[in-house]
Amino acid sequence: MSGLLSLVTFAPLIGIAAILLLRFAVNPRAAGAEAKANDAARWIALATTLAVFALSVLLVVKFDPNNPGFQFVEDMPWFAGLHYRMGVDGISVLFVPLTAFLMPLCIAASWKTIENRVLEYMIAFLALETLVIGVFCALDLVLFYIFFEFGLVPMFLIIGVWGGKNRVYAAYKFFLYTLLGSVLMLAAILAMIGIAHTSSIPELMTFNFSPALQTWLWLAFFASFAVKMPMWPVHTWLPDAHVEAPTAGSVILAGILLKLGGYGFMRFSLPMFPDASAQFAPLVFALSVIAIVYTSLVAFRQTDIKKLIAYSSVAHMGFVTMGIFSGNAVGEQGAIYQMLSHGVISGALFLCVGVVYDRMHTREIAFYGGLVTRMPWYAAVFMLFTMGNVGLPGTSGFVGEILTMTGTYQASTWTALVAATGVILSAVYALTLYRRVVFGELVNPALAGITDLDWREVAIFAPLVAATLILGVQPNLVFDLTQSSVDHLVAAYNAAIGR
Amino acid sequence: MSFSHDLGLALPELILAGSAMLLLVWGAFAPKAGAPFTAASILALAAAAIAAANGPLGRGFAGGMVADQASAFAKVAIYAASAVCIPLGQRWFERRGVRNFEFPILILLAALGMGMMTSAGDLISLYVGVELQSLALYVLAAMHRDNARASEAGLKYFVLGALSSGLLLYGASLIYGFAGSTLFTDIAGAVHGGADTGVLFGLVFLICGLAFKVSAAPFHMWTPDVYEGAPTPVVAFFAAAPKLAAMVLFARVLTEGFAGAVAQWSQVLVLIALASVVVGAFAGLAQKNLKRLWAYSSIANVGYAILGLAAGGAEGVQAMLVFMVLYMIDVTGFFACLAALSRDGRDMETIEDMAGLFKERPAIALAMTAFSLSALGLPPFSGFWAKFYVFKAALNAGLAIPAVIGLVGSVVAAYYYLRLIKVMWFDPAKGPTDAPPMEARAIALVLALFSFPVVMGALAYLDPLAHAAAAAFGLA
Repeated sequence: MSGLLSLVTFAPLIGIAAILLLRFAVNPRAAGAEAKANDAARWIALATTLAVFALSVLLVVKFDPNNPGFQFVEDMPWFAGLHYRMGVDGISVLFVPLTAFLMPLCIAASWKTIENRVLEYMIAFLALETLVIGVFCALDLVLFYIFFEFGLVPMFLIIGVWGGKNRVYAAYKFFLYTLLGSVLMLAAILAMIGIAHTSSIPELMTFNFSPALQTWLWLAFFASFAVKMPMWPVHTWLPDAHVEAPTAGSVILAGILLKLGGYGFMRFSLPMFPDASAQFAPLVFALSVIAIVYTSLVAFRQTDIKKLIAYSSVAHMGFVTMGIFSGNAVGEQGAIYQMLSHGVISGALFLCVGVVYDRMHTREIAFYGGLVTRMPWYAAVFMLFTMGNVGLPGTSGFVGEILTMTGTYQASTWTALVAATGVILSAVYALTLYRRVVFGELVNPALAGITDLDWREVAIFAPLVAATLILGVQPNLVFDLTQSSVDHLVAAYNAAIGR
Repeated sequence: MSFSHDLGLALPELILAGSAMLLLVWGAFAPKAGAPFTAASILALAAAAIAAANGPLGRGFAGGMVADQASAFAKVAIYAASAVCIPLGQRWFERRGVRNFEFPILILLAALGMGMMTSAGDLISLYVGVELQSLALYVLAAMHRDNARASEAGLKYFVLGALSSGLLLYGASLIYGFAGSTLFTDIAGAVHGGADTGVLFGLVFLICGLAFKVSAAPFHMWTPDVYEGAPTPVVAFFAAAPKLAAMVLFARVLTEGFAGAVAQWSQVLVLIALASVVVGAFAGLAQKNLKRLWAYSSIANVGYAILGLAAGGAEGVQAMLVFMVLYMIDVTGFFACLAALSRDGRDMETIEDMAGLFKERPAIALAMTAFSLSALGLPPFSGFWAKFYVFKAALNAGLAIPAVIGLVGSVVAAYYYLRLIKVMWFDPAKGPTDAPPMEARAIALVLALFSFPVVMGALAYLDPLAHAAAAAFGLA
């Protein structure tokens, strides 16, 4: 079924069109019109994102796991040698349902908390969904760049318009940091098109760039993806962006946008610049290990719940980069798995923070304590995701960590050894956070009236709980889909570097 | 070649010159002609554009005038950009109680001069074209007679413009003296295999004069002052079309007359381009007035266009042409937005004036956001494609380091475009604005659609046209 990818990618635009029509159809001066329009916009956005999720499930069902190449390919010539080219393989296919899975949850999580400019908010999220799915599906370098880069705008507005006190600073920092990385990638993209005379990603994957050139191209792509990932030391925009973004913005940022960096490494750096990747692998290992150990320690010292989870994201992404550059199938599989699992778990953790923030309007760890006595359901849910974050066996977090470490062990024993301490450190900060927020005596009188999860919140968390547990015990659901593409990638990579 | 053949080549110019005379007579007898008068001037431009697009190609007037795909391409773009500014300006001046029918006539005369610039085949017609265009622009800048700032802007523009014309003329005379001819084709023969010192000296003066006209650093000083003082619709006009005309002239002089000295002029151009990008990016950071801000933005953008030219070859010229056409959409659109906005009868010119504009005027704020993102070079807006062409050409020509400096400069400049977006979207509103005039609003919104999404489809047409135009310089 051709056209399915374009449908999944651009379906959110239908929702945007509907909301825009609504904007013009409603008479703003009529009594109660704004509240009605807001409600309608929420329902439209929810229905659209659910429909996109259904389409993305259809995509996965129709995906042929035994074909290592690109599927659902669409190809239309555009101009100056560029093409509108879409397609997914085992590496990218699962990120589409991940995005589509988190989006309706984000809309639902913003149902009551976003009161002003609801229409624009929903439009921003739907636009973001189109752009992110587009990044994963694009098979033309320039098309990829368009989706990749344009995604900055809705996120900039989400942080800047609906964010916290320091939102303007955080929005600027997010935008400019990412833009600087991206323009270097743009230079590399243009150079590649000039040399290879094609912008097709599948063709470029088999094109042999000279090793000297590979070094420069790799560094340019690295500048962009390392910022997006984010890797130490260019991670400093992330805590600011997370703290200031509204809850749903944080979920998308941690759950999906961070994955663009890891996806980029697997799609571009490894297959297109294998020599440079092998040459720079020790650098990536070093940065990953620093990220794992250093940001875990930093996370431990945070007083703001969101900031703590943001730093823990940086640490978890360290496992991903490490696994990708291990260059073996176990490491790659682990990296994909870790990205999917982190997408679910970190998204869920930010939603957990959102639950208490909506009630108390503070994210200070010291403010809370003893929540278990008032919010038993919340405590149970939060516990599960904390354990997932730590990497407890039985949750999805475990599979990703163990595989990335196994893969890295084969490539660099020391890296894996030091990274393993990160597992302990993550337990230290995550469990400490959980103890200080949930356990203990309920001392703060302000918390006496706090209420447990309502039905809307239960409905948001139920799919996340299910995903964490199912992925934790049935990892083959993922591996069956990714196996052949990963094997293909690793075989090509090892052949190119002569291993 | 017969005289009638020559006249056929100059048909667009003849149409414009004739209509300008007729309109002048009409205006003198019926100064309050209003809408029909405006419509007639736009029709004249449309007729000239059709004549340029379909007219015969060749050289005429003893080589002094060239009509080729390049001049046709540029003329259509220039006439279109000029036509857009006529209704924009008429209404703006009317609202401010300035009723002068000369405005469309001056635009027609400037367009005539610009058309001559793009068709110049020798140094004489080059100079005549430049001066005809400049004189009309000086008057336009000072059009708002009762306004001291506008008069100051006009005077400043005139004095500095005269200086640059002097440089241009001095360079032309040196070239004539050393090469022995004013025809570009003859000069090309003289500098075959490298220019000698005398010709090179003249060429540098010529480049300086032209750099002045396109407001490239280090000859950019006049730009912010003139943009700030001149009436907004006039700025919309002379930030767009004259730059394209001067860039095409630039390309013609360098590729037709001095193709043998590529190695010598291309370094000069790279230097000018990088200086413009850096000055435009950093000096723009300190600006509070939006017109000044966009003056610096235009300096930076001209730097990118010159970088395309410096890349040389058909690809570089094509990149420059695509860049300028797409940039014209942005800059005209942005100033149309500014022309549409006022609060209590006062122009809204500073960044602070735009606070909360998204609540007050969502459509115009969206259009301004699109133009800002486009000027920032964010895909998929027109400005991204403009930069896409230029940097591709520069990288293919081996100008990797200048290209990277240019790209990093665009990140610095991103800050000021973002600040405008931030003020419009994040800050609390400052109070109601006046109802925007219909023309300015419509022009702004249509151009915003051109910036995105129309550009995505239009590029498929623009690309081959610009390619043919670049090939006409005898490069491909």
